[in-house]
Amino acid sequence: MTVTAVDKDAEQLTISITTELDAPVTRAWVLWSDPRQLERWWGPPTYPATFVDHDLSLGGRCSYFMTGPDGDQPRGWWRIVAVDPPHRLEFENGFADEDGTPTTGAPVMRMRLDLHERTGGGTTMTIASRFASVGDMEQILEMGFAEGITEAVNQIEAILAG
Amino acid sequence: MVVDLTQEQGADEDRADLVFNALSHRTRRDILRRSMDGELSVSSLARSYAMSFAAVQKHVAVLDRAGLVTKSRHGREQLVRTDMATVHAAQGLLDEFETVWRARIDRFTNVLTTPSEGATP
Repeated sequence: MTVTAVDKDAEQLTISITTELDAPVTRAWVLWSDPRQLERWWGPPTYPATFVDHDLSLGGRCSYFMTGPDGDQPRGWWRIVAVDPPHRLEFENGFADEDGTPTTGAPVMRMRLDLHERTGGGTTMTIASRFASVGDMEQILEMGFAEGITEAVNQIEAILAG
Repeated sequence: MVVDLTQEQGADEDRADLVFNALSHRTRRDILRRSMDGELSVSSLARSYAMSFAAVQKHVAVLDRAGLVTKSRHGREQLVRTDMATVHAAQGLLDEFETVWRARIDRFTNVLTTPSEGATP
């Protein structure tokens, strides 16, 4: 499980991360296509995810909630915009209200997954995320990820204070 | 209190917009790189580009408003120096997403080696 490339583009607001998996493409695809496997890695251990709906067909929707240490349950959704199993998946990812409907005015990011056979076995997995604005990136980090408060926002605050 | 917080966040976002806008131009990125090692005068910068002194001065002004460079004066010369703290902050947001994905990729290992019940092959 080696990250072989990280490509961050501060102008296009994209990040793409490439990793090599010791598993065939069909097996790697199951990490995404089986909701029970997906929920074992989507959220951090402190915020495990539960997928309520999971439909990876074109136009399909997935909805999930994450459960925090204090019992808080932030919700999110995917909408599939392109799919070619077991090689490609492209979807929008956003935040949802308590009843599962997409939150009005909340940021939406676009993700693309590519899986390729490696010569000699194994899979190259590339995950690309694209954001509409810097404000969206900050908001997504604040709302959606429990892996620590954003260092970047703190840095910007330090600059403003200094 | 709530209003204060919102204003602070708004200020952060305004600052981030300025920084990313400043970085979105090739010449301005080049000026930043050249000014990382020490102070450079605007006139010496201007000699490096096929554009007028005034055009280079405008690029420097955009960088200055974003807090990416600091300006000082030495006699008749205007000196420019890159502020590395701001450059690093611009990368910080993308770094956060990298951290998130690296953690997820680490969790792949666990899932691939111990498939859950009812996993499709």
